[in-house]
Amino acid sequence: MAEEMRIVLRNYGKIDPLNIDEYIAAGGYKALEKAKGMNKIDLIEEVKKSNLRGRGGAGFNCGQKWFFAYQTNADQKYVVCNADEGEPGTYKDRLIMQGDPQSVLEGMAVCGYAIGANKGFIYCRGEYPYVVDILNQAIDQAKAKGVLGDFDIEVRMGAGAYVCGEETALIESIEGHRGEPRFKPPFPGVEGLWGKPTIINNVETFANIPVIVDKGGDWYAAIGAPSYPGTKVLTLTGDVNNKTFFEVPTSTTIREVVYGLGGGVAGGKKFKAVQIGGTSGGFIPESLLDTAISFDAMSAIGATLGSGAVFVMDESRDMVDVVSKITKFFEHESCGKCAPCREGTARMNELVGKIKGGKGSAADIALLKKLGGVMSIACLCGLGQAAPAPVLTTIGHFAADYEDKLV
Amino acid sequence: MINVTIDGIKTSVPEGSTILKAAESIGVKIPTLCNHPDQAVKGNCRVCVCEVEGSRLLSAACVMPVWEGMVVKTRTPKVVEARKTILELILSNHPQDCLNCIRNQNCELQTLAEEYFIRDNPFSQKTRGMAKDYSTPAIFRDPDKCILCRRCVEACSVIQSVNALGLDQRGHHAMVVPTMGWDLIDSPCVMCGQCIHACPVGAIGEVEEIDKLLAAIADPDTVVVTQIAPAVRVAIGEEVGLATGDMPMDVFAAGLRQIGFDYVLHTNFTADLTILEEGNELLKRLKEGGTLPMFTSCSPGWINFCETFYPDLLDNLSTCKSPQQMFGALAKTYWAEKSNIDPAKIYSVSIMPCTAKKYECSRPEMNDSGFRDVDLVLTTREIGRLFRMSGIDFNKLAGSHFDSWMGAYTGAAVIFGASGGVMEAALRTVYEVVTGQTLENVNFEVTRGIQGIKEAEVDLNGTVVKVAIANGLSNARQLMDEVRAGTSPYHFIEIMACPGGCIGGGGQPITKSNAKRVERINQIYVEDEACEIRKSHENPEVKAIYEEFLHEPLGHQSHHLLHTHYTAKNKKTL
Amino acid sequence: MSYKEIIAKYAEVPGGIIEAFHAVEKELSFLPEEAIAEAARVFKVPAAEAFGVASFYSMFSTKARGKNVIRLCESAPCHVAGAAEVVAAIEKELGIRMGESTNDGLFALEFTECVGQCQATPVITINSKPYLDVTPAIIPNILAEYK
Repeated sequence: MAEEMRIVLRNYGKIDPLNIDEYIAAGGYKALEKAKGMNKIDLIEEVKKSNLRGRGGAGFNCGQKWFFAYQTNADQKYVVCNADEGEPGTYKDRLIMQGDPQSVLEGMAVCGYAIGANKGFIYCRGEYPYVVDILNQAIDQAKAKGVLGDFDIEVRMGAGAYVCGEETALIESIEGHRGEPRFKPPFPGVEGLWGKPTIINNVETFANIPVIVDKGGDWYAAIGAPSYPGTKVLTLTGDVNNKTFFEVPTSTTIREVVYGLGGGVAGGKKFKAVQIGGTSGGFIPESLLDTAISFDAMSAIGATLGSGAVFVMDESRDMVDVVSKITKFFEHESCGKCAPCREGTARMNELVGKIKGGKGSAADIALLKKLGGVMSIACLCGLGQAAPAPVLTTIGHFAADYEDKLV
Repeated sequence: MINVTIDGIKTSVPEGSTILKAAESIGVKIPTLCNHPDQAVKGNCRVCVCEVEGSRLLSAACVMPVWEGMVVKTRTPKVVEARKTILELILSNHPQDCLNCIRNQNCELQTLAEEYFIRDNPFSQKTRGMAKDYSTPAIFRDPDKCILCRRCVEACSVIQSVNALGLDQRGHHAMVVPTMGWDLIDSPCVMCGQCIHACPVGAIGEVEEIDKLLAAIADPDTVVVTQIAPAVRVAIGEEVGLATGDMPMDVFAAGLRQIGFDYVLHTNFTADLTILEEGNELLKRLKEGGTLPMFTSCSPGWINFCETFYPDLLDNLSTCKSPQQMFGALAKTYWAEKSNIDPAKIYSVSIMPCTAKKYECSRPEMNDSGFRDVDLVLTTREIGRLFRMSGIDFNKLAGSHFDSWMGAYTGAAVIFGASGGVMEAALRTVYEVVTGQTLENVNFEVTRGIQGIKEAEVDLNGTVVKVAIANGLSNARQLMDEVRAGTSPYHFIEIMACPGGCIGGGGQPITKSNAKRVERINQIYVEDEACEIRKSHENPEVKAIYEEFLHEPLGHQSHHLLHTHYTAKNKKTL
Repeated sequence: MSYKEIIAKYAEVPGGIIEAFHAVEKELSFLPEEAIAEAARVFKVPAAEAFGVASFYSMFSTKARGKNVIRLCESAPCHVAGAAEVVAAIEKELGIRMGESTNDGLFALEFTECVGQCQATPVITINSKPYLDVTPAIIPNILAEYK
């Protein structure tokens, strides 16, 4: 039976998030002190050794990323915390920031020391003004205590643009521009915020850092799936009995999450599908539920771990109906910079709507497949590349839902 | 050097090269749409995607730098399907209006649609349903046709620093709009028309007024008189299947007579006249402590720019009207009298490389002849359309003369068409006026070329005159900021709104690259060299007009007909 | 406070135009053209660019709208939890459709994507304050807080 293991949420519900003393009493800021006693390159090695991979969705090796920014010579470097949590069904970054904001600040400060940055930004989504207040109080307390040393952190607020979760769009937004992704390379580690080397990590990634520094990379690497070690905070939504959050080792299977921690499908109904990783994740049928939630295991079945959202749908749900909300989402959230995403997300929504309305034909399904295939390899950024996944996986696993509606 | 393999062909290219550049170097053509040779890479249309071995994703060739050992495939079925689908997507949101479009047969999207044999577009046809914007007399916008490549935005912001265009909304609703989504006339637009050259499709164009000309020609009571600007001849050939510069002036004149113009005269004449007026104005300012540096005033896009962004520097502008407007004022006074034609019957048409000239002729103060001085401005492109419609074979057409009194010109007038030309022409005359000596070598090479800012010093009998030349308004802005800050070392500054000068004007044949502009510039100097007379003050008709009509530069008659004043534009926002 | 004073407070913040827009919206509920133009001046960007920023982000409105902005989440988790009934109920209660504002200028009604409170769907926010497990029955009570 799956069990929770709380690393990221180690202090959640146990301490007063607005009282830094409680964080310190719980062992907080020891890791930063320890890190500062280490050689920078040894510190980065330790993070590398933990094999911690980015928890925002892309899954890049965190220590490796830090190393690129460390290597780059510049008069100014930045640490940015991506708190633009926007994947529908996801609220784990909010939990971390609301429940234990100092853990994020400490993680950022460790990163700042490692790469040689004295300035950090937290880019928090505009829908969380109450989280921004908590973060600002936490920063004020940390400054008053002097625990951050010369590392300064500023909170910036998004304004309703899912695409700003993409790291280069996020940079554009902090700079005061339209949140449109940049072409990579150059990667932010080399040329990021205001052209300076910038490390951008997710809230959950940063919250892991103090524990890794404290307990060592080897300790962390041994938890969960070897290629994507550690834990993952999951948020369960939809037709599941326990609509709540859990932190589990990454070796946990989807079945354990849905039926174990999640308590199974609500209302005694049968399971139909689960979408993992947020709205851009693939839909997973019953037959694949024994897949581990780790990054690579999920990739192997054409799905993603993404943000860790677990959206369960029971037998009564029509996949075309659900997907129609998702295609509408992407039409609304495409930034419009690149042609295949700008036009493609709108066409995808149009075609799904047509099928949902009983006016579609087999040719429309074929066109959705072609369009989705092209978008997934030709769009400028991850948004456009991932947008077709829900459509393509539901056509793949739940074809009957589409075919039943054709003229 | 980096070793790469493209479609099986091995090559080495400099580090930092993109796939597109590397492919070009070995003759592999990759289609592009948002890419522009003189602009920053954008990577937004995705039409140039290619396969790179080892990558799941396709790479946009225009932005992706090559790496050692990279293996690229540009022609696989996967690539072709992606490109075709992207084109289908773009076309499904683009009016299928090619036959009625100003860019029919000269459209990058249309060309790609043909090359990728787009037939039955599987996506349903949809357009934004936006109204066309005809708020300016010079440039129209057709937002429905916009494909969001953003080349116009960069032309307007980076190249011209006008910033009249920006983006509105996002995603499928994103649009290129003038400031705040207003009509173009309310934005800081200076009507230079560089956005037209940047546009790959027909989303922006010149306001076409060919019908007005045809109506005037059709009216037997109307005397249709035309002037040709210096930059037009070198480029008009491009519109009728000839090479750049390949249209002799007399054949051009003959072509215009075929169309039905009654009298063919020359803006070059008033270009020479401008040198006399402006040269003397400069000398007067130098002598009497007038406002310096003095700025040239030939380029109406530049005048709009100065009135919009530097209203505090209007006193620095030469009071000389542009050659077009000097011509207009004289055609209905001096020339009408000499030719014994009732000025009320004259319909004065100017053929210009410029969109802003369409606005300039409509300025309320431009009626010193007692009539509207210039009735109609047609761009080089519009004249090209007339020529094509008329089916004239320029290879077989015999040349014709220019009409008297305002048809003679010198090499100094010819070079007005290129950046630095007004300065060089002025120096040729001012030198002789001040020193009283004959200038043996009239070529001031330092003033020539497409370089954004050029500067020179000329010794006039012990007085060193410092001059600067800028083409493109971002370059002009640099010089203006110096003047505003009081740090400008110059006495005289020539500014042309368009990159390369008038040869790159907004009304010229669609010019995708500066390389084409350089070609035209070279032809300008070939024509100058071929002129017998190359100094404005030696133009016999210019001498005649001073003797018979104007009497002296800056004199009473000149003041009345050839000089003007400027007004701050007071735009709502910049 | 006037929009000029509000924007001036952010003048020294690099890239602070978005923060300034948030502050203006808090006061005026939308971004008038004059405020966008003022921000362009303060942050030294062309007005065309400032407008592009203002119109990009869905929380900003360049058109006047009601004082209290009600946002209804229509992302998939809220959708399966019955967001459509909530939409219908609020539209009925206020007598306006999505995207409109009430005549008294008190409320604006907008769709939003996920607001990150998915443990208790469907969710609406009013001036960014989340209301959880919303049902048609409790809507009048929620709205009463703002009347």
